[in-house]
Amino acid sequence: MAAREMRSIYVETLIELGESDERIMVVEADLMKAHGTTSFSDRFPGRAVDVGVAEANMVGVSSGLSLGGKIPFAATFGCFASRRAFDQFFLSANYAKLNVKLVGTDPGITAAFNGGTHMPFEDVGLMRMIPNLTIFEPADPVSLKALMKQSAALWGCTYMRLPRKGVEPIYQEGDTFTLGKGKVIFDGDDVTIIAMGAVLVAEAIKAHGILAQEGISAAVIDMHTVKPLDEELVLHHARKSGAVVTAENHQVAGGLGAAVANYLGRACPTPMRMVGIQDEFGQVGTQAWLQEYYRLTADEIVAKAKELLARR
Amino acid sequence: MATRNIAEFAKEIRKQTLYTIGNLGVGHIGGALSIVDLLALLYGKVMKVDPANPLWEERDMLVLSKGHAGPALYATLALMGFFPMEELSTLNKGGTNLPSHCDRNRTVGIDMTTGSLGQGFSAACGLAYARQLDEKPGYVYAIIGDGESQEGQVWEAAMFASHYQLDHLIAFTDYNKMQIDGKTDDIMDLGDIEGKWKSFGWHTQRVDGHDVDALEAAIVAAKGVSGTPSMIILDTIKGKGAFFCEGQVGSHSMAFDLAKAHEAMERLG
Repeated sequence: MAAREMRSIYVETLIELGESDERIMVVEADLMKAHGTTSFSDRFPGRAVDVGVAEANMVGVSSGLSLGGKIPFAATFGCFASRRAFDQFFLSANYAKLNVKLVGTDPGITAAFNGGTHMPFEDVGLMRMIPNLTIFEPADPVSLKALMKQSAALWGCTYMRLPRKGVEPIYQEGDTFTLGKGKVIFDGDDVTIIAMGAVLVAEAIKAHGILAQEGISAAVIDMHTVKPLDEELVLHHARKSGAVVTAENHQVAGGLGAAVANYLGRACPTPMRMVGIQDEFGQVGTQAWLQEYYRLTADEIVAKAKELLARR
Repeated sequence: MATRNIAEFAKEIRKQTLYTIGNLGVGHIGGALSIVDLLALLYGKVMKVDPANPLWEERDMLVLSKGHAGPALYATLALMGFFPMEELSTLNKGGTNLPSHCDRNRTVGIDMTTGSLGQGFSAACGLAYARQLDEKPGYVYAIIGDGESQEGQVWEAAMFASHYQLDHLIAFTDYNKMQIDGKTDDIMDLGDIEGKWKSFGWHTQRVDGHDVDALEAAIVAAKGVSGTPSMIILDTIKGKGAFFCEGQVGSHSMAFDLAKAHEAMERLG
């Protein structure tokens, strides 16, 4: 199937949500055109608010909108959503127990030409420290729409990572997803690959194929929700395979790898490897070049899986 | 509600604020006492609120963005009947409903959680936007500090409120001219504070923050303004009314015991 722009799905879903619930609002900090939410603004004048280049105020205003009974979807690049507006999201939105849907766009290497200044490898790590926050990263257009709708229906703050550009569908229309529950794409016995986000879930699927050709049975889980982590599913597969590889477009310290290790360390110590950013800053380049540079690839997942199997 | 004698109400709030902090032994007495006359006027006369129905949808709302002045607001709310007076003796004790900084989830009558300076002001702007969009009656009031006005977020929010013509947002700056490290002029000069707000597009007034008649006239004037938010800069005195700390920089957060609180309460008459 052809790739679809994730931002198009984002705004399409917002308009759909907005049609049936007038509390849904859009809040932007001068990235309305970049996110495509101008069409929401055209459809619902007054319900899309551009605060200008002021991300801290964007989150503060969103908290106030929530206090006034609205359900604001506030979006900016992930670097600003997390690093710049963290205190506002922490206190005015989460600590105050309000209902703000924060969206961090261009996660990790998808920031590409915007480079290291704009490349959030740490947003999930920061956000994981906020009690009760739901954090998710849909891997394709189909799951994006489903998970966004659940996020809107959930009372409480959420943080969603959203690549803006084209992503090839992994799922079929009608496939079901549950926020907080991992999606098993392939079952498998020898090794478990737990991946998050469009880049690495796609690579995990490729890795599954490569391993299968060598007679290795790999489970692949799309762990779209990193918090709360689907511990039951992680435990089931860790026990079954005894080998877990995590894969994410984010620092392994603080991200999905850390979340899985933190849980398994307590529940069922299991040999693990983590594919992701290894304590490095981002830099400029094409997404493809960055993916190779940081080894966010199927080959790397395969290599890590084999390292674990070689220990046996 | 029967119209209160605002001066008398302010005196009672001052006494209960002194008691609340003195009973604990330490707290933000200075910046709490400087806004007491404003709180007395807002809750005693201006704001539409119902202590029996604190979440009444059509009420006026207050965001105390300088959240450390919470104890003065707690004293006000208790005297209004939002919660029992006895709760004032629990300030900052484990499990209390009255934390140092305002918390909407803990304290009946508190409309927004604040404490990290600048943030409440943005929230007040978002709240005012939501209410304007819904064509709800009523006003959103916000109180910021002069030290707080050094936060960049205040000015991001100032632009926002002006741009979206939030004329049912009435804000106050508690200009007591002191902050933790010293006088605002010495630490980080606010310059022409009136001119700043005017240039950000706000209807701006400046009054003696301890003169309730002047203050009320300013609020009436602010309500008469259409298409722009209002800032009322209050010339105030930090620690106003407490003999042991009035006008002192050290009153931002200071230790004093219940005996001293009682002495100050007696001197208030």
